[in-house]
Amino acid sequence: MSETTATSSGSVTGAEIRLENVTKQYAGQKVAAVGDLTLTIPAGEIAMFVGPSGCGKTTSLKMINRLIEPTSGTIMIGGEDSRKRSADELRRTIGYVIQGGSLFPHMTVAKNIALVPKLLGWDDDRIKKRTDELLDLVSLDPSRYRDRYPRELSGGQQQRVGVARGLAADPPVVLMDEPFGAVDPITRQRLQDELLAIQRELRKTIVCVTHDIDEAIKMGDRILILQEGAQVAQYDTPEVVLGSPANEFVEDFVGSGSALKQLSLARVDEVGTFPQTTAKIGESSAEVIQRAQAAGHRSVVVLDERNRPVGWPWLRQLKGEKIVQSEHAPDAIDRRATLNDALDVMLVNGHGGAVVTDAGGAYFGVVDFTSVTDQMRAMQEKAHEVSNG
Amino acid sequence: MWDFIVERRSQLLINGFNHVYLVFLAVVFATIIAVAIAILVTRLPKLEPVANAVSAIGLTIPSFALIGLLIPVSKIGDGTAIIAVTFYAVLPILRNAVVGLQGVSPTLLESAKGMGMSEFTSLYKVRIPMAWPVILAGIRVSTQMSMGIAAIAAYVLGPGLGTFIFTGLTGYGGANAFNNVFVATVAIIVLALILDLLLIILGRLTISKGIRVA
Ligand SMILES: Nc1ncnc2c1ncn2[C@@H]1O[C@H](COP(=O)(O)OP(=O)(O)OP(=O)(O)O)[C@@H](O)[C@H]1O
Ligand SMILES: [Mg+2]
Repeated sequence: MSETTATSSGSVTGAEIRLENVTKQYAGQKVAAVGDLTLTIPAGEIAMFVGPSGCGKTTSLKMINRLIEPTSGTIMIGGEDSRKRSADELRRTIGYVIQGGSLFPHMTVAKNIALVPKLLGWDDDRIKKRTDELLDLVSLDPSRYRDRYPRELSGGQQQRVGVARGLAADPPVVLMDEPFGAVDPITRQRLQDELLAIQRELRKTIVCVTHDIDEAIKMGDRILILQEGAQVAQYDTPEVVLGSPANEFVEDFVGSGSALKQLSLARVDEVGTFPQTTAKIGESSAEVIQRAQAAGHRSVVVLDERNRPVGWPWLRQLKGEKIVQSEHAPDAIDRRATLNDALDVMLVNGHGGAVVTDAGGAYFGVVDFTSVTDQMRAMQEKAHEVSNG
Repeated sequence: MWDFIVERRSQLLINGFNHVYLVFLAVVFATIIAVAIAILVTRLPKLEPVANAVSAIGLTIPSFALIGLLIPVSKIGDGTAIIAVTFYAVLPILRNAVVGLQGVSPTLLESAKGMGMSEFTSLYKVRIPMAWPVILAGIRVSTQMSMGIAAIAAYVLGPGLGTFIFTGLTGYGGANAFNNVFVATVAIIVLALILDLLLIILGRLTISKGIRVA
């Protein structure tokens, strides 16, 4: 894996999506649900669709995989008219993830994930390998979860499997309709982080509908803000949408406190993370304590065999001879998590900091409260300058 | 009474077997017919009230009357017995199959479609397996009911435990009349319970663990 930029490490596997003058007029309705929408979503980017309820987000999304056929207009995927193939064939090349995961309750986790590969005629070995790989990708231990039924999973886990299922056949395009709408805020933040980490590797083209402007700002390379009838109010990067809203509608929608929202723009790894003394389970406690003291650290991050943080004890808590698994894994945040998320986690863990992870939940570093608040102050000052000058 | 059973044990066994066999065939045919109609109903929702009316009214037709109506058409014999029992057996299964197939959440079905499943694939991979517990409940009701109806059909049309019952009824007051009715009735009840047990086992084997009520 070669690092190219701070935000990307994989190569683009997505395909460009172009909507050209797309209109949807439902039978028996006076106004079109989607009126003449033209839009390009570059390959490998995440486009977030936001807007008030009923403005046509879902309709626009479903026209991409032809769950809804446009009344007029053209949709090109990877330069090819989406009507060139049969709808079923097209849909097998487009991941589809909806709220709650929408897993089939009578199939195991593995069977749910295997559905599209099966439709594509993959052989059993390949499917099994792929299923385990995907469970790993969404941070579920394959040996523990592959044979479970959906009702034996928590809401967040179901949603993870839903994401894995959407990615199963490695589709260039993934469509998501309020994927994290049904889980609690902490789980939602986790799932968002995980998706960002996955996307950093895979670089799919992801179209994601949400109600939540904060989610859009956090996840989107671009945000599409829609008005009634899927009229484009603004389509731009989060920075531009926040910094210079195109009109009053966008301003209202983005909401007040947009200085605070800027917090969602800054990412943890931009603030800077520090290395912390780490220890593997089974290491001698005395050696670890020595190492930490030499580095001037008062706590160590305990990692499992796959480098994932599983504990964050203070040195005084290291009583036994060997390092053991802590009772609670620390609430980690992805390195592309927002400062908002970082603050949330810091407030509850008592360390005045947060453990930061990279792809696959591997340890990346820690971020501390002071650097986050310094960054916030700097951003606030900058925002003041902009509004005063 | 024990002597009565021992004396007629081979006749009892043969008739008992025929009785169960008739019910088995009828329920298998009925399941296929009912599920096929139910699938049609899910595709053409306008048919639903018709299907419901048929399953409600159908059960009110006295079985003697139906057999009487059938005989001119299909003659006396095993065939007519199967047709008559199948007719009744369809009704509970049909009602449950319609409820079961329509009970599958539209979101799940749209998910299936969104993943690139054809209508047919979605039917046999999602819709039928998810409706199966409800359909099977219908099959159990239908089997119990058919055991009773088969007794009537067997009297008119051919062998079965029903012949004992009617021998007893026509010769009422005579020797063994009570024995005839009693033994056959008990046999029907026992066989019905055994069939029900087999269906419960079938459910254990065929209903996904993910949707089984524990
Ligand atoms: N199948 C349908 N038949 C008729 N009208 C529909 C249908 N689906 C949606 N509409 C209408 O089209 C408009 C856009 O609906 P759509 O579901 O795309 O909105 P949305 O932006 O996704 O809303 P929400 O945020 O509530 O999910 C709405 O006015 C809705 O009532
Ligand atoms: Mg919607």
